[in-house]
Amino acid sequence: MSEVLVLVDHVDGAVRKPTYELLAIAKRIGSPSAVFIGGADKAAAAADAVKAYGADKVYVVDDAEIKGYLVAPKAEVLQQLAEKTSPAAILLPASAEGKEIAGRLAIKLSSGLITDAVDVQVNGGEIVTTQSVFAGNFTVDAKVVKGTPIIAVKPNAAAPEEGAGAGAVEQFAAAISDAAKTAQIVASQPRQATGRPELTEAAIVVSGGRGTGGDFTAVEGLADALGAAVGASRAAVDSGWKPHTFQVGQTGKVVSPQLYVANGISGAIQHRAGMQTSKTIVAVNKDEEAPIFELVDFGVVGDLHTVLPAATAEIEKRKG
Amino acid sequence: MTLSNIVVLVKYVPDATGDRKFEADNTVDRVGVDGLLSELDEYAVEQALQIKEKRADEEITVTALTVGPAEAEAAVRKALQMGADKAVHVQDDAIAGSDAVATSLVLAKAIEKIGVPELVVGGLASTDGGLSVVPAMLAERLGLPQVTLAAVVETQGDQVRIKRDGDTATEVIGGTLPLVLSVTDQSGEARYPSFKGIMAAKKKPLESLTLADIGVDASEVGLDAAWTKVESVTARPARTAGEIVKDEDGSGATALVDFLASKKFI
Repeated sequence: MSEVLVLVDHVDGAVRKPTYELLAIAKRIGSPSAVFIGGADKAAAAADAVKAYGADKVYVVDDAEIKGYLVAPKAEVLQQLAEKTSPAAILLPASAEGKEIAGRLAIKLSSGLITDAVDVQVNGGEIVTTQSVFAGNFTVDAKVVKGTPIIAVKPNAAAPEEGAGAGAVEQFAAAISDAAKTAQIVASQPRQATGRPELTEAAIVVSGGRGTGGDFTAVEGLADALGAAVGASRAAVDSGWKPHTFQVGQTGKVVSPQLYVANGISGAIQHRAGMQTSKTIVAVNKDEEAPIFELVDFGVVGDLHTVLPAATAEIEKRKG
Repeated sequence: MTLSNIVVLVKYVPDATGDRKFEADNTVDRVGVDGLLSELDEYAVEQALQIKEKRADEEITVTALTVGPAEAEAAVRKALQMGADKAVHVQDDAIAGSDAVATSLVLAKAIEKIGVPELVVGGLASTDGGLSVVPAMLAERLGLPQVTLAAVVETQGDQVRIKRDGDTATEVIGGTLPLVLSVTDQSGEARYPSFKGIMAAKKKPLESLTLADIGVDASEVGLDAAWTKVESVTARPARTAGEIVKDEDGSGATALVDFLASKKFI
């Protein structure tokens, strides 16, 4: 069975959830080979983590020489691994970095690239991807017709599947060109830990907009009861109530969680573009004419400042 | 290194507030719809102009570059009105239906034709395809580094520093010219063209190039040359109207929790 290269998304060795989703997709195509580019001392733990989710092979690339440099070295690593293994496909997370690596890799390998896939299936031996475009108004099925399919997959496109793979670890020494080592991270300020899941990978997102009036207490309370990430509309961010890193929408984070709860958000097109592919959508808004209600599976016309705390209390009660 | 040339990538896109649709061959309908300069590219034009203004002692030429049908001239025209010095429009019937790979090829060849600048600036994504990969592909083709998604841009001499919000950290990235830069809508409001700017734009050079002019064979671009193929395009079924309840005396919260429980979120 052909190998499928999966770029491991991790923060200092801690493997992020989208990686496990990629491994689940890789299993549909062939034999998953995880590619870990990181610190040598973190490799063993990362290899164990990806093995538990089905990696048959783990290529470990020590990043001592390239740490801090941007996407170009990683694209070279994947290029060299692709040339060595002739994989059936290369899967990357559709994060900003993942897509940039994928873009460079596509040119290097003269291979077709599909970004922001919300599903990947194998039909009659062909890999078919599904994308959601124009603010989720159209669904596009596509395939790569040249070279090795390179697919950047959105978070929550598949459910992680536990089940150990062979997990054979192989050290891979990539030759990195000097030209790839030119743009560099000078300083990095890790996001302050909120204790909540990261917005783009969360299974549930609870967002607040103008209707919060700047008070996110009720939104955060519901988020914590549901184990959700907290998001915000552009109106809330522009008002200075939440930093830009919370923004859901075309120019902020694009999320596609299992459940999206929009509170006091009218549903402007640019917000829709960031959340319309969510599997289930719920809204709470005082204005029954708010366009967000056109999208919802369930909506409550009411004041979020009373509905959310009551709902939060009810959830806590039912959880016991 | 002195900075003498900046190329800004701009794209003509269907108006997001209008009715966007696909053609029979599954390409985006770029002719039959109202279009405009991609809003997100205006931020790129703005940053290019700000860099030029901050480095007033250097002779910097800002060139707006677009690839697209005749209507796409509107995109570079807007950039000229904002203050770009000249514009280049690559236009060729063969380009229609090109994917990001072919678009990046046309851009790279056009840039090589007009002279590789010290700085190429693009927006964070187009408001239609939204791939965000063209800057990376272009950088790869030109053999340049890329610093992307800048919320703050500073340049000094041949050094470029940007600040950006990543998924897990806020980062400061440093690079050395020449490079490809992309900026987000956080980088600063784009200016409106002034009346003077609109009048001046009419006299600014706007060069139109064909594929032959830039040395690209028609077989390398267009729908048939694409490295990916769209199998089908389906309009999303109108979301079946969900259940909407009015909150009365706390009934809304209970109904909400009942719904979440029925979907196994609790």
